[in-house]
Amino acid sequence: MQILGIGILTWIVFLPILAMILVLLVPKGREIWIKWISVVATGIQVILAVVLLLNYRYDLAGINTLEGFQFVEKYRWIDVSGVAWFGRIVIEYFLGVDGLSMPMVVLTALICFIGSIASWELPKAKGYYALYLLLDTGMMGVFVALDFFLFYIFWEVMLLPMYFLIGIWGGPRREYAAIKFFIYTLLGSVLMLLVMIGLYFSTSIIDPVTGEKVHTFNMLAMMDPKNYEPGAIFSGLHTTWRYIAYIALFIGFAIKVPIVPFHTWLPDAHVEAPTPISVILAGVLLKMGTYGMLRISFPIFPDGMLKYALPMAILGFINIVYGALAAMAQEDFKKLIAYSSISHMGYVVLGMAALNTQGVTGAIMQMFNHGTITAMLFLIVGVLYDRAHTRGLYEFGGLANQMPKYFGIVIVAFFAALGLPGLSGFISEAFVFLGAFQTYKWIAIFSATGVIITAGYILWTTQRLFFGQLPDRWKNLPDINARELVTLVPLAIIVIFLGVYPSPLINLMNTSVNHLVRFVSEMGQAGGMQIGILP
Amino acid sequence: MAQDTLILFSILALLLPLGGFLLLIFFGRRLPRQGDVIETGLVLGSLILSFVVFFNKILNFPEPIEWKFEWVNFGFVKDWGEMKITLGILVDNLSATMLVVVTVISSLVHIFSIGYMKDDVRYSRYFAYLGFFTFSMLGIVLTNNFFTMYVFWELVGVSSYLLIGHWYEKKSASDAAKKAFIVNRVGDFGFFVGIMIIWASLKTFNFGEVFAGIEQGKLSGGLLTAAGILVFCGAIGKSAQFPLHVWLPDAMEGPTPVSALIHAATMVAAGVYLTARTYAMMTADALTFIAYIGAITAFIAATIAITQTDIKKVLAYSTISQLGYMTMSLGSGAYVAGFFHLVTHAAFKAGLFLGSGSVIHAMHHALHKVHDHHTDPQDIRNMGGLKKKMPVTYYTFLIYTLAISGIPLTSGFLSKDSILAGAFAFGKLSGHVLIPFIGFFVAGLTAFYMFRLLILTFHGEPKRKDVFEHIHESPKVMTVPLVILAILSLWFIFGPNPFDASSTWVEKYIHKPRSVVPTQQQFEFNLPVKLEEGAAITEYDHALHKAHIPAMLLSLGMAGLGILFAFLTYQWGKISAEKVANAIRPVYTFLKNKWYFDELYANTFVLATLGISRFARWFDLKVIDGIVDGSAYLTKLWSFSIGKFDWNIIDGLVNLVAYVTGFFGYVVRLLQNGKVQTYIIYVVFAVIVLFYIFLG
Repeated sequence: MQILGIGILTWIVFLPILAMILVLLVPKGREIWIKWISVVATGIQVILAVVLLLNYRYDLAGINTLEGFQFVEKYRWIDVSGVAWFGRIVIEYFLGVDGLSMPMVVLTALICFIGSIASWELPKAKGYYALYLLLDTGMMGVFVALDFFLFYIFWEVMLLPMYFLIGIWGGPRREYAAIKFFIYTLLGSVLMLLVMIGLYFSTSIIDPVTGEKVHTFNMLAMMDPKNYEPGAIFSGLHTTWRYIAYIALFIGFAIKVPIVPFHTWLPDAHVEAPTPISVILAGVLLKMGTYGMLRISFPIFPDGMLKYALPMAILGFINIVYGALAAMAQEDFKKLIAYSSISHMGYVVLGMAALNTQGVTGAIMQMFNHGTITAMLFLIVGVLYDRAHTRGLYEFGGLANQMPKYFGIVIVAFFAALGLPGLSGFISEAFVFLGAFQTYKWIAIFSATGVIITAGYILWTTQRLFFGQLPDRWKNLPDINARELVTLVPLAIIVIFLGVYPSPLINLMNTSVNHLVRFVSEMGQAGGMQIGILP
Repeated sequence: MAQDTLILFSILALLLPLGGFLLLIFFGRRLPRQGDVIETGLVLGSLILSFVVFFNKILNFPEPIEWKFEWVNFGFVKDWGEMKITLGILVDNLSATMLVVVTVISSLVHIFSIGYMKDDVRYSRYFAYLGFFTFSMLGIVLTNNFFTMYVFWELVGVSSYLLIGHWYEKKSASDAAKKAFIVNRVGDFGFFVGIMIIWASLKTFNFGEVFAGIEQGKLSGGLLTAAGILVFCGAIGKSAQFPLHVWLPDAMEGPTPVSALIHAATMVAAGVYLTARTYAMMTADALTFIAYIGAITAFIAATIAITQTDIKKVLAYSTISQLGYMTMSLGSGAYVAGFFHLVTHAAFKAGLFLGSGSVIHAMHHALHKVHDHHTDPQDIRNMGGLKKKMPVTYYTFLIYTLAISGIPLTSGFLSKDSILAGAFAFGKLSGHVLIPFIGFFVAGLTAFYMFRLLILTFHGEPKRKDVFEHIHESPKVMTVPLVILAILSLWFIFGPNPFDASSTWVEKYIHKPRSVVPTQQQFEFNLPVKLEEGAAITEYDHALHKAHIPAMLLSLGMAGLGILFAFLTYQWGKISAEKVANAIRPVYTFLKNKWYFDELYANTFVLATLGISRFARWFDLKVIDGIVDGSAYLTKLWSFSIGKFDWNIIDGLVNLVAYVTGFFGYVVRLLQNGKVQTYIIYVVFAVIVLFYIFLG
């Protein structure tokens, strides 16, 4: 599918870059142009995502076959022969979507659009929006890249704007937070880079142009054991090197999720980042970690996945419960929401570790639903902070009467976060548990206690903020305004809609999820490995 | 009427209150009278539809009617087959009866609220939540599967949360709301684990398919018992059974009509309904567990109710006690009796609460008139003599009190008698004699504390003359529902014979479901022993039959004793309550403080959770970030020392080399002074040395 002779995925990825160039060309004193350019560009991105959805074929699986991917763009990008001991380097510009990436593309477009509206009031618009749009490209690219090198580049492209967006537009401890974020992520990137290079030298395919054997960064090629050269570092199944590579890659992605104990960058980054950046961070960025696991770790290292599925499930449990407990002890509204993110990403990890249809479906749904719900939550924090200039939970009370519309929206978001049936969060959590229970009975049961703790901190926060008597200093707080409602209401509608009728989202990913589960478990079991089951 | 129409009507009955909710929540303040009439009208519509469904189902369709639709389809799944979730609606006699119960009480509470909640700050919001509650409750009633059961289960929890916290400016109200939700979540956690077991072993949520699967032996043994008990955990939370009963007394912070609807008649009965729904899958062990939970609950709550002085608190504990009764009844095998009691209790307990609401309303206004804002309008110690001023409230209240005490000619007599007969038979056959013992004892306690309440509130002399002056009977909109509920508490609503429960339509149309549990996991006395007139008769049925008369006499005796003591103590003053309390001071204090459950939980679970959560926060800040920042610091230190090394050692060496070179350069430079004669001396000296080396 092409527009003006250029593939639609290229459009959706690079449209923000075009907008960024426009933004940089805007003359001084016309800040309003910058804002409109960004909002329109991200809006078009949403339209493109909808076009993708309308033309999406539900029967194609993707994962490891080129034919299964849709909207594929595959061109030779870098082809240099005779680079010292590297030999010939071939890197492809290879984009495509399947059921794993489609929900993420939609989510990214949506959250970026809402984020750009929410950024309206921030100072230094030019620099801000330029970086914001660059970030958008990086994230979108990660979700559609099918060449590992390209994936890595997009992954790194996203890093730098994020650093500056937190470091310049952030709160009082922004520099600490930005550096912490940067270094943590960089550590992950280094691990990923090493594995990527190892994989590159282990796999080779026949170059269709020249007919000679060349190494490749093609992810799909890396999923096929036939493409591994005998004797190469990652060839075979169930070798020590492959396990090491899986763990390294896992840590690389785990930092992004974040999985305890690699999570402490997140509360700091969230608390310091400006509202729209928190929205992006929690809404989209965290999903890159779990997406990476599904897209890369699982199908390329199915043996490692199966071997370490049990520890992964335990990590998921720790995330859920530890995150919820830590959230309960917070006194800063934003920090509380940040920890709730950690807890909710634990469901994703648990669902993936279950490696069955329901678990993985639940995990991807949770990625999407957490994206929308947590975006709402951070926007909600922003609304309050913009008015009160404080986030101390102990300083509020009685806001239900002072800001009734705000209260209404918050109730929807809060109940979605605590997994109330009828709202989208419940569906994904329920599926994760139902899936996880089939594989790990006790871990699923213990994890489900997180639901009680979540109810505890969410209701406690509701009470702190909205009930009781209104302190005199907040007598003049205005209710939520139209622009803020524009950012929140669409998300609320999605949360309610998917809570009642999740089938559109499930159907979107179903073929791919079934294929992924079958592929990984069969590949992994080829070496006699069974997914670990606790008594 | 065709089956489809019946299903359509029940769906409409379900959705009408939801429509009311949506209308009121978005446009409430702009609607005429803030939308109360619209919402009430919609619920009345729902009521009419329910009656149509009820009569049609009972009279025309002996078999259950089910409607299913596919909600989610995961396609063909490895090791599973086609994985899909179908939801739907089940109309059988149980749900049709419950449909009517819920809509009747809900309609009456709606009407009563128009009077009671007049001039409330959030009048419209209140009615919206009532609509939402009715919708969710009907969802529980009509669902045909565990999944939507859980969904609506939590949704009634939310409406309960919102309504308990209706006056959220009060800390006690918002605390109570929070507590109710969280305690219920604990029960729901167990419920959900039960659902997970069912889904994983039977691959379906549908009640019928689940039972069929169990019958085929796909789920049996300890896991089946566990599943049964875990599902029952949901009931423990929602029906406020021991040990999760602590939320219900606090829930009285909500407006009184809400207490009547949600926390007395319908929502809390949902647990009993759930147990009845899933009855077929309960093993003997699970049933014994259920029976004991019910009996313990009934006993604990009744003992607490005796010592309470808040009119609503007394009723709250009485509700818990009566719910325990129903649960005990189901557990002990008297399935129909348990459900029957749910139905009769719904009417008279809703009446008791609305009646207390009428009293509180009057007290509140009277206290307001005399500008007393400190006296508690709910404390029965401030009341007395209200009979004269509020006759309608009094006489209806009397009927409800007789009904809950199990006095003949009331509905409560019919259902309570059946329960006790069941407990009797169960105790005799299974050897669990504690169950009937508690059952009868609690019957006496109930009569005692209910008449204590009645006497202290309505009889005797008014405690506050000035307030009494201003007491008025409530308006028609409030008294009419009271009268209707009083009529519903009489025997003829259920059957012609006031002494024979088996002649009632409930006993006729509601039947104990056939157990699908493997026979070795059932009570032996529940297995059919011989065929009588084509129906399987069990040992239990026989025992039950024989137990009816003794149970009736014994329960009447107990109730009579209870009433007698109540009159002796509170009406005639023959026994001094104070002296008795003083004589058993430790016991009294223990009961007065509600067995210290709240304190126990606060000091164990709550404290531990808060402690662990603070620890988690500390761990994050100090340990994990300590390691992170520490390694950053070490890296920095390392890089600084490398810097030092560079500066001192490496650059030092470089400088040394340079210095040495420089030194030699200096020395050598000294030789080169630019004078020819010096150079000639060097040359001569060199020639001499060379000659000496080569020739010498």
